[in-house]
Amino acid sequence: MATEVHNLQELRRSASLATKVFIQRDYSDGTICQFQTKFPPELDSRIERQLFEETVKTLNGFYAEAEKIGGSSYLEGCLACATAYFIFLCMETHYEKVLKKISRYIQEQNEKIFAPRGLLLTDPVERGMRVIEISIYEDRCSSGSSSSGSSSGSGGSSSAGGGGAGAR
Amino acid sequence: MSVMVVRKKVTRKWEKLPGRNTFCCDGRVMMARQKGIFYLTLFLILGTCTLFFAFECRYLAVQLSPAIPVFAAMLFLFSMATLLRTSFSDPGVIPRALPDEAAFIEMEIEATNGAVPQGQRPPPRIKNFQINNQIVKLKYCYTCKIFRPPRASHCSICDNCVERFDHHCPWVGNCVGKRNYRYFYLFILSLSLLTIYVFAFNIVYVALKSLKIGFLETLKETPGTVLEVLICFFTLWSVVGLTGFHTFLVALNQTTNEDIKGSWTGKNRVQNPYSHGNIVKNCCEVLCGPLPPSVLDRRGILPLEESGSRPPSTQETSSSLLPQSPAPTEHLNSNEMPEDTSTPEEMPPPEPPEPPQDAAEAEK
Repeated sequence: MATEVHNLQELRRSASLATKVFIQRDYSDGTICQFQTKFPPELDSRIERQLFEETVKTLNGFYAEAEKIGGSSYLEGCLACATAYFIFLCMETHYEKVLKKISRYIQEQNEKIFAPRGLLLTDPVERGMRVIEISIYEDRCSSGSSSSGSSSGSGGSSSAGGGGAGAR
Repeated sequence: MSVMVVRKKVTRKWEKLPGRNTFCCDGRVMMARQKGIFYLTLFLILGTCTLFFAFECRYLAVQLSPAIPVFAAMLFLFSMATLLRTSFSDPGVIPRALPDEAAFIEMEIEATNGAVPQGQRPPPRIKNFQINNQIVKLKYCYTCKIFRPPRASHCSICDNCVERFDHHCPWVGNCVGKRNYRYFYLFILSLSLLTIYVFAFNIVYVALKSLKIGFLETLKETPGTVLEVLICFFTLWSVVGLTGFHTFLVALNQTTNEDIKGSWTGKNRVQNPYSHGNIVKNCCEVLCGPLPPSVLDRRGILPLEESGSRPPSTQETSSSLLPQSPAPTEHLNSNEMPEDTSTPEEMPPPEPPEPPQDAAEAEK
């Protein structure tokens, strides 16, 4: 494991992108926004299974909260309808508030858990709520222990960059 | 060496969005490309109501009650607000997959189906999912390079995948989907009420005035009445019927698209897994449920490398170095009242309202 803790900007500058993994949506509960908790094999050597599952489950929980159908959402809907939806000019919807929470959570997770492991989570909102994109970075200046045989796919240059590890 | 600071126009994401949409007000307004019939809708509503307020209301307010024009005004404003909201908002467009994502999905598909020989058309790509103990198939969209979520469909007119796709309505000049279905329903409901109201009070006006000055004299004095009655009569038959149909759909939590394709009817078909089984619950969910914000981020600023034409010699200002703004913090729907109108296009040949989107499915 890399001994120094990378913050996100350092990660982007000093590392090269090896590959990306996409966590797909889980439609078993209908059309609500949930993501699959299946652990992708590409992350096997990068992060503990349990940490990953916990992150995805928390995200799923947030989305379920945003889309919850209940008293408060009905109230918001009826109030908005009564004002011919002009109220949305000055008020944020419940969904938008939860999306902001999700954004903060993802940033926090990136800083604390994913960036130190050379990974980066992209907010699903930036991908149309279709996938959670996890970017896997190869560290150019690491001591070589972190450049594992991760599936190199499209990251052709990265395997050459990761070969810098072989120089050690 | 002096530094030249030049004010540059930033490129916003809406300028580079694929699909056949028109954007106005710097990305705040989103409509389909053909807007002719929408202008006709606006003209009919505004014209009829202007005549009503100008002529009949003045007489009826004095003779019967001043509440008459007040209610009419409220109905008129509500239906205009919902019409504009339906027409100008993002119906729930699913953005296309970025190249990385598309490649990842292709790899997964090839892994499951095996490679297809060169030159042969690949089989339609379908994934099976189970929802509430029933199997629902997900289709792959070749244009957007994604597996469409359940109930989503690709609109061939706007060339976008839309979530919970209902239909493409030329009368509002936009698709009707997850994000604007409730506005559409409230629009046709309030328009029905407005039409009935105007029709009824026109009859009352003609009746009252005819008692005093005779039928023909009344028509000669306010010829607009005839026009209003005619427009209301034809509107009644179409819009009220449509409202009834959509009330039926809302009660069963179905979309027009599903109803036309017969997704949930018939002997060998599955039952609608999205219905709660209870009319009130279905209505509440469709009309008052949580409203997801647009994921298109139309007004986000494109980073420099992606915006294309930049002369290399000019110095950049800080505005072009702004990072992409995160989608949730922007009030993408806060400004949907028109500030300016785009140049009207020529009127297309009149299309029947809500053409079925079977063709969109057939081509995939």
